[in-house]
Amino acid sequence: MAKVDLSVAIGGAAGQGIATPGDILARIFVRRGLHLNAYNAYQSIVRGGHIFLTLRTSDEPVLSFGDKLDIMIPLNQDTMNRHLGLMKSGSTVLYNGDKIKPGTAANGVQLCPFSVKELAPNVRGDLVQNTIALAAVLRLMGVEFQILEDILTLQFKRKGAAVVGENVGVARAGYDYAAAHFKPLPMPLPDSGKKLAFFEGNQALAMGGAAAGVRFYCAYPMSPSSGVLHWMARHAQQLGIMVRQVEDEIGVINMAIGAAHAGCRAMCATSGGGFALMTEGLGAAAMMEIPVVCINVQRAGPATGVPTKTEQGDLWQVMGAGQGDYPRIIVAPTTIPDCFKTVPQLFNLVDKFQCPGIILSDLLLSEGRSSVDPAELDFNVPINRGEVIGLNGATPPLNGGYKRYEFTDDGISPRALPGTAGFEHVGATDDKDEDGVRSSEEITSPHKRQAMHEKRMRKMESILPLIEPPQLWGSEGADVTLLGWGSTQGVIREAIQQLKATQGIAANALQIKWLVPLHVAAITATLSKSKKLIIVENNYSGQFARYLRSETGIVADGHIRKYDGEPFMPHHIVDGVKAIVAGTTQQYVPVHEIMV
Amino acid sequence: MSIDTADLEARSSKIESRLPRADKPLTVKDFKGKAEPDWCPGCGDFGVLAALKQALAELGVRPHDSIVISGIGCSSNLPGYISTYGMHTLHGRALSVATGAQLANHGLKIIVTGGDGDGYGIGGNHFIHSMRRNVDVTYIVMNNQIYGLTTGQLSPTSTKGMKTKSTPAGSVENPINPIPLAIAAGATYVARAYTGQVKHMVELIKGGIKHRGFALIDAFSPCVTFNLENDHDFFKQRTYKLEDRKHDPTDFAAAMKYGYEWGDEIAIGLFWKRDDLPALDQLEPVLDEGGPLARRPLGIAPDMAKSLIRELM
Repeated sequence: MAKVDLSVAIGGAAGQGIATPGDILARIFVRRGLHLNAYNAYQSIVRGGHIFLTLRTSDEPVLSFGDKLDIMIPLNQDTMNRHLGLMKSGSTVLYNGDKIKPGTAANGVQLCPFSVKELAPNVRGDLVQNTIALAAVLRLMGVEFQILEDILTLQFKRKGAAVVGENVGVARAGYDYAAAHFKPLPMPLPDSGKKLAFFEGNQALAMGGAAAGVRFYCAYPMSPSSGVLHWMARHAQQLGIMVRQVEDEIGVINMAIGAAHAGCRAMCATSGGGFALMTEGLGAAAMMEIPVVCINVQRAGPATGVPTKTEQGDLWQVMGAGQGDYPRIIVAPTTIPDCFKTVPQLFNLVDKFQCPGIILSDLLLSEGRSSVDPAELDFNVPINRGEVIGLNGATPPLNGGYKRYEFTDDGISPRALPGTAGFEHVGATDDKDEDGVRSSEEITSPHKRQAMHEKRMRKMESILPLIEPPQLWGSEGADVTLLGWGSTQGVIREAIQQLKATQGIAANALQIKWLVPLHVAAITATLSKSKKLIIVENNYSGQFARYLRSETGIVADGHIRKYDGEPFMPHHIVDGVKAIVAGTTQQYVPVHEIMV
Repeated sequence: MSIDTADLEARSSKIESRLPRADKPLTVKDFKGKAEPDWCPGCGDFGVLAALKQALAELGVRPHDSIVISGIGCSSNLPGYISTYGMHTLHGRALSVATGAQLANHGLKIIVTGGDGDGYGIGGNHFIHSMRRNVDVTYIVMNNQIYGLTTGQLSPTSTKGMKTKSTPAGSVENPINPIPLAIAAGATYVARAYTGQVKHMVELIKGGIKHRGFALIDAFSPCVTFNLENDHDFFKQRTYKLEDRKHDPTDFAAAMKYGYEWGDEIAIGLFWKRDDLPALDQLEPVLDEGGPLARRPLGIAPDMAKSLIRELM
């Protein structure tokens, strides 16, 4: 059992400065070796509206942002009105009593008003309430003041000693006020002595790209994928990565293709709408046999949809992206640290098989935050560029001319980098002969077309043995099997722990990461032993359930689906399993309680 | 933003020297492609292909040092007919692919070929942005003012009133005029050629290839099958060379004036050229040192990895 499992929420309007105290808290947690999972619910507005950031920390790994709130810091009245009802007995609400009135709280909720006017009479600006609240909450957690002082000093150093002094003074006042007036948490935050790190999924994806040796990154800004662009742009010069912001996503994918053809590892990221524009380009990469990686960070669609909300609604979009059949690899990382590991894995595959690779992330992963053990961030990853002529100077003998699209058993034809003498050829989006020549005779000959199409598609058979089959989590004979894909791994596992502890229901889980190609035989073997299969996914139509049925013939016994824009919380899944096991429904759709 | 010319000179000198020249004289035969063109007999595109081979040979660009990149359309089949590296990409996307390739290996010479529908129509967005970025590519547009491969519909350069399969009563739309558009958008070498004047076209293409920055050569390339209005007779009667009028290609107002001409007289030649603006790759600090990106080793040094991780703690 975890000694500490603490959730802190900070809410307010966009522009009220929620990110900074959130970052400071996260940093303090991981520096004590505590694990972290954070989720920020926000609206599509730059100033105003409502934001609700939840940070959950524990001495045990944190699988999701959880079900409960222990501390809430409402920075405006709106936040208090929206969420006070979520606070249960034993929880604490910290707020500026000068401006915010609490309304009626549940029994046992500790209401902790402080007065900005009294604690910081001479300080101007609204951000001061954040500093006081942060100091007060740290006092309640039993964190030493010196830690906050160091952070504030670092943060305001550039603005001069007077500003540092003012902020440290205000913080001290808040810290001391909390000590004198508020009841601290039952147990101070422990310190394991080991330091962890934390990052958001988009950073993890970008860093994974850097580890893989990405030399060309381009994008058009689109929420919730822009974090990848921001990290890449910030580190471009330091890491020798060409980063370009392009006029549209059609330009993005084609620019990446050009860079990849010339020899760079090239990557781009977008969300569903931008991905739609890249569709033809991905087919072009497959047809010219150029390796390129595209990240689709899913948000609630279709069309503009809900730009700042999460969904797993693009599965069929990416599986069907492009006219005609072509080889492609699709992977959905299961955790934020897994985002980092997945990118180099995928690059080795797309380089070997000379085809596009698609990473399906979503807002929950990409904008969520997770602690990570620094030892897990291994940048020294294996790099396999596949068969590339001219990459290292040496070239093979030319026996009767170079055939760019030579028929081979595994469908892989060595590619030659432009600049290599003797291997001139045309890479074409048309169909063509083995030597790359495209003429009416080549592209319309039924026999040639069939042979070339089969050569390309043959690659898919060779990819499957190189990717990990999914592993069952939990005991084999469980009453229920929960099947999910991508980002839902953590919340499903936490729900399984709750099912066992509170409901006496034994469940196991199968989480699918590699979506295309799919380990049909391994999945079928595992699921054939499960007693009751329930598929959990963050979309309306059960996109994975339909895919599973089409590939394996397996029909699930129940479905838990959510398509309100917010991610699952563990109790949503617990409630769904209970209802399905009890036979009250086959499809459970939870109602989200935190209104943003 | 003002440009510091001293810094620019320093930048240019850091970029690896321009292409190595072939150690023996090249001829058009060195550029003969694997396939014979399947254009209609009499198509203007034959002239562009011949002129491009001639220009590359005269400049001594080794076949493997350049990539000829096209979109889709009759003229976009050109890369198959020349023995450089080539890419036959998607409709309208050649300039995007070319930008990626140029930045990935700025040691190569990138030539983009295509038609008016491909470049000024479906690829219009990339056309404008590639010019404002001053990407170092030579873009040859075989402008026949018609959609040929789709059997004769209106193109963005079809003249007002033109009757085509998609405008049986005559087009009511104004055409795009690529010359002033390119000058306004930031291209740094803007020329127009006519395929009936191959020697003149060779010189314009050579100038474009030598130019460091975005070079547009809009080449009148009559479609003998689907555009019977703008045929060789039409251009022979109207075209004249700008150099014969002593046009100064650094004179913006004069370049725009000549660019807008469309009537009894139509100018061909070099409208606009400026050498004081660096190309995109010259401005990109990532390319300051280390050679072409595509040739750099992959992987992250351990101390760099440590520093990236430290940011997260």
